[in-house]
Amino acid sequence: MVSLLPTPHPKERRIIFGNISKPGYSPDIETYLAHGGYESLKKALGMKPAEIIDMVKAANLRGRGGAGFPAGAKWSFIKYDDGKPHYIVVNGDESEPGTFKDRYILHQDPHQLIEGLAIAAFATNVHLSYIYIRCEFPKAAKIVWEAIKEAKAKGFLGKNILGSGFDLDIYVHQGAGAYICGEETSLLESLEGKRPYPRIKPPYFPAVLGLYMKPTIVNNVETICHVKHILAMGPEEYAKMGTPGDGGTRTMCVSGDVQRPGFYEIPCGGVTLGELINDVCGGLKPGRSLKAVIPGGSSAKVLRAGEVFKIKSKGPDGTMVDKDVPLLDLTMDAATLQAAGTMVGSGGVMIMDDSRDMVWALNNLNQFYAHESCGQCTPCREGSLWMSKVTTRILDEGSRTDDAKNLKNIADNIAGRTICAFGEACSWPTQSFLAKFPDEFEKRVK
Amino acid sequence: MRAMTDMKTRQADALTPEFVAEADELVSHYPVSKRSASLPLLHLWQNHFGFIDDSGMEWIAAKLDLTPINIIELVTFYPWFRREQAGKTIIRVCRTLACALAGSYQVKDNFCQAVGIDPGCEHHGFGHAPPTNTDGSFSVEFVECLASCGSAPVALINDDLVENITPSDIPAIVEQYK
Repeated sequence: MVSLLPTPHPKERRIIFGNISKPGYSPDIETYLAHGGYESLKKALGMKPAEIIDMVKAANLRGRGGAGFPAGAKWSFIKYDDGKPHYIVVNGDESEPGTFKDRYILHQDPHQLIEGLAIAAFATNVHLSYIYIRCEFPKAAKIVWEAIKEAKAKGFLGKNILGSGFDLDIYVHQGAGAYICGEETSLLESLEGKRPYPRIKPPYFPAVLGLYMKPTIVNNVETICHVKHILAMGPEEYAKMGTPGDGGTRTMCVSGDVQRPGFYEIPCGGVTLGELINDVCGGLKPGRSLKAVIPGGSSAKVLRAGEVFKIKSKGPDGTMVDKDVPLLDLTMDAATLQAAGTMVGSGGVMIMDDSRDMVWALNNLNQFYAHESCGQCTPCREGSLWMSKVTTRILDEGSRTDDAKNLKNIADNIAGRTICAFGEACSWPTQSFLAKFPDEFEKRVK
Repeated sequence: MRAMTDMKTRQADALTPEFVAEADELVSHYPVSKRSASLPLLHLWQNHFGFIDDSGMEWIAAKLDLTPINIIELVTFYPWFRREQAGKTIIRVCRTLACALAGSYQVKDNFCQAVGIDPGCEHHGFGHAPPTNTDGSFSVEFVECLASCGSAPVALINDDLVENITPSDIPAIVEQYK
């Protein structure tokens, strides 16, 4: 892989990518140990499990996979001594278009993940864990498996870890090319050796009826890696890097029409969208102007250049007031992007300039969702394909007068009517492209 | 398009003790439920034989105390698995937005032309092999997001990620895999 880690930008704070960006850093355990590796695990094994969960809660760590659920709260759903086996499954199925951070962690710093996972397992009484890696990362699966064997040989995994009496086995499980497996219940079905049809919630919340119908935590690769740093620096220090309710750093993956695409580890809420595009990523290509931004992976609703949002913020007298915030002044944290009607999601920021055709871009995403719908729920199986066929036809033959209306109707009849969030994921692009760029559809009407 | 998949011999008749030992090792990673080993065994099989024939699916099912349909339904669902021989080198070009913005459609067409595959030929999934050239040296297909959008356009060629591909790079890239 080419390195996407030049000298850190002043806005960056590399915690997760701190080691990876050091010259000569390699994924073997000796290198990791030479960089302070497994010290957080040693510290954790001397603590009470509940204290570790409290630290993760106090750190305001939110999941980095897309849904942004508070990690500490997720862990506390597991009752430590309920007498049942518990599992942690790490979601390394990284497939959300626009997202490319876990790839580098898995290939270049696997022990960071293993250490975070061992701490998480100790906190939640887990003795068997799987790291689910998409099969399009064949080298990562080998690297992580080698790292597991190294850690076991050094006593950081296996029986009686570092003399603590705590046992943990970790295995790598490879996917087989299906985006839906990134959905946590689908991932569990896949890990059980079945077709990865998502499970309905309730009752199948992973924390209650997860892997093998036992309490299970499913966390993203980056989320688990943060745990080690929360222990190392203390939750207050960690939380302080971010915004209230969105602690620490978040890796923003920027792709599309910018000068320097790449991933940038930035304190949560530490940059505005404008700073990210123009400062961190070196701006747009010469002579181009901004047209659209998808801020959190392809499922996040698109934003249009020039938009102004009403965002609630604290006024000078302490009361909440509506403030007009232009697109480029939005801070890249969970709460702000939610208030702007979209989401920070998996941190995948896709930038499109004025040379781009929005119907073409939507059609590209519609084809993705049509290909990846698992087919379990009718609205999504049929609807994602219809949306894709309609946008393809608009591109090929021009639009019929009612195409836009029909597209919206199809999307509106998927979102909220499916077992898993793929229904929303596939309808939000169509809904938001139609709402934000109606002119591009209208001008194609024959 | 060629039909080179030999369906007369059974892959399961050609198993070695080493292969079986490797399969047993994979099954041991799933102490709670053997069925969990179905994807790992399918990967092992496909990596070894190039595709998975009916005897393979039957063998894996028997190994895991399942019926063959439990395995067939996986092979027909997951895009990675195939029931036909593919090219010796498989070029998987990323099709999704960031790569498309960076020119992946042109890149895929150029790869097809460079190895002698009709660019209009699509991969239909459901266990079929991706479009393959007549001497069986290359397959080329579009795949969805490979999670490398920062170095778009990219392709996964066998186990290698090839990044920032420009049309002019393609002859040299293809040459490396000949």
